[in-house]
Amino acid sequence: MDFLTIIQILDSTMRLATPLLLACLAGLFSERAGIFDIGLEGKMLAAAFLSAAVAAATGSVWLGFLAGVGASISLALIHGLASITFRGDQLISGVAINFLAAGLTVIVGQSWFGLGGRTPSLAGDARFNPLEWPLAETLADIPVAGPLYAELISGHSILVYVALLAVPTSWYILFRTRFGLRLRAVGENPGAVDTAGISVVRLRFTAVIICGLLCGIAGAYLATGLAAGFVKDMTAGRGFIALAALIFAKWRPWHALYACLLFGFLEAIGNRYQSIELAGFILPVQFMQALPYILTVVILAGFVGKAIPPRAGGAPYVKER
Amino acid sequence: MDRMPKWADVLLIPLINLLIAFALSGLVILAIGKDPVVALQTMVQGSFGSTNGIGYTLYYTTNFIFTGLAVAIAFHARLFNIGGEGQAALGGLGVALVCLSIQWPHWLIALPAAMVGGAVFGAAWAFIPAYLQAKRGSHIVITTIMFNFIAAALMGYLLVEVIKAPGSMASETSPFPPGASLPTFHEMLAPLGIEFNRNTPANVSFLVALACLVFFWALVWRTRLGYEIRAFGQSESAAIYAGINPVKITVIAMLISGAFAGLMAINNVMGEAERLILNSVEGAGFIGIAVALMGRSHPVGILLAALLFGFLYQGGAELSLWENIPRELVIVIQALVILLTGALDGMVRGPVEKLFAKRKPA
Repeated sequence: MDFLTIIQILDSTMRLATPLLLACLAGLFSERAGIFDIGLEGKMLAAAFLSAAVAAATGSVWLGFLAGVGASISLALIHGLASITFRGDQLISGVAINFLAAGLTVIVGQSWFGLGGRTPSLAGDARFNPLEWPLAETLADIPVAGPLYAELISGHSILVYVALLAVPTSWYILFRTRFGLRLRAVGENPGAVDTAGISVVRLRFTAVIICGLLCGIAGAYLATGLAAGFVKDMTAGRGFIALAALIFAKWRPWHALYACLLFGFLEAIGNRYQSIELAGFILPVQFMQALPYILTVVILAGFVGKAIPPRAGGAPYVKER
Repeated sequence: MDRMPKWADVLLIPLINLLIAFALSGLVILAIGKDPVVALQTMVQGSFGSTNGIGYTLYYTTNFIFTGLAVAIAFHARLFNIGGEGQAALGGLGVALVCLSIQWPHWLIALPAAMVGGAVFGAAWAFIPAYLQAKRGSHIVITTIMFNFIAAALMGYLLVEVIKAPGSMASETSPFPPGASLPTFHEMLAPLGIEFNRNTPANVSFLVALACLVFFWALVWRTRLGYEIRAFGQSESAAIYAGINPVKITVIAMLISGAFAGLMAINNVMGEAERLILNSVEGAGFIGIAVALMGRSHPVGILLAALLFGFLYQGGAELSLWENIPRELVIVIQALVILLTGALDGMVRGPVEKLFAKRKPA
């Protein structure tokens, strides 16, 4: 494996980690506020479809982006309605949202474009194109640092950088602002937050909407940045890998970045090699695909440091009468 | 105590939920420029209008009874098993290994053996999440989701690399021996003088599924184990106080759940495909969630809900064939049913309770 191959794999790691990271941070906000969300997958899928559909129709990726984020936030509001307002089961609501998105994207897509659930391929301004950083061409010839700069740091779509910036931003919001303190408190002990005179319902809805926003960006990136158009079920379990990364990161933003990079790396390797020989053993590609899930189960089992979710997660809050 | 009569709780509320789900789906059909009434006619005609349609409807129903029971038994212990998909896939492996192991002389011998194979493999796949939940407190919903993906990867690997039929292009096992072929409705009903379409996949597994419904009822409401499962589901602390071992009940409930899911394979793998193929479960594990929610985890409800989804599945296939409405419509209806009966239950229940309170002042 030469240097250029390594750079290429890392480059593809960045791209593949981006949707995971955005969805993972989305789940982070929601679950820190005490709303479990296994509907990340569905929200991403809906956003991916609508962003690609609107971008294809209007030729503007930014209009598509807005539509995608809007779709994702709408689903997030349904989740909020079910789990906050009507105090329903958050897990069941998440399952339903995943199916809703899986079904509606194909039905509407078939009706609009007649391509069996696909959208037309996007090109030009209908896509998020790579941003070339200054001097990337000139510096590319410098050994080691050149390709590193030109391939790995430069040349991604803007949403990749947004995702990376979202990590310190999320950390700052959650751990250095009053809002963040309250949001975390509402996931641990909503009763205390309520006693302090702060609306649990409003805080949780805010968290759910932030979750929708981030999932929307993730979905839009999938269909208009990573790929050039929507295909049926294109999230392909990424929402669940993001969920796995969230547990792996133990609900912390910086660790979420590391977990998503790791899982993105595994996917990049799996895409590139059919099987890997490691110390005499041949690891089949399916093993690489399953590895994020296996690692998550191991983490959940508490054999390698225990993952403890926010204490009030999953429980609807009933105000005292 | 009860704010409304029992019939309203078990009949009225699910019916209202179902009506809302259908109404919303009708709007979806309208939105894509089709006629919902024609769509409904096509679905009813396609699923009940001929013995061919009925055969397919009952074939799907059989799958959903098994997966519905799997989710329901876990619900009784207040465990949410989303892993039916993976457990049914592994059940398929168990059934395939049994069917391919020897030249079975007769299906009456092969079927019980295959049932054991499917149930044991399905239960085994549910065991690790169950054990982790009971002993290590890892959330069973997350672990069962993860195990679905792990199962998909494992089955992919096995079917491509290990148990693939030699010389075959497709990722599938060799066909099962003729002795492991289950009688279809056509073969079962012909001696009785009833003509049933010979091409439908409905087979004797349907009767096994019905027997499982009775077994489920007896287990949950007529045995000590069932009592312990329900007590544990109602209140874990009270159950522990009464001397019920939470680890034991969690693991046993999940083992039974996995076994039901695994049993599904006698229908789709042994009865229909007669060999193991990739992605043989086709989402039936997830439909079990909707079936159990709608059927209120009761055998009668599960039978009716499974029939409903069998109808939707077969009707949906006809829709895509004749009306050019993608069969994903069924997934939308399924999503709405899960959302309304499972998560938005309070939305319908509140007003209905108020209505009854008004009519009968306490």
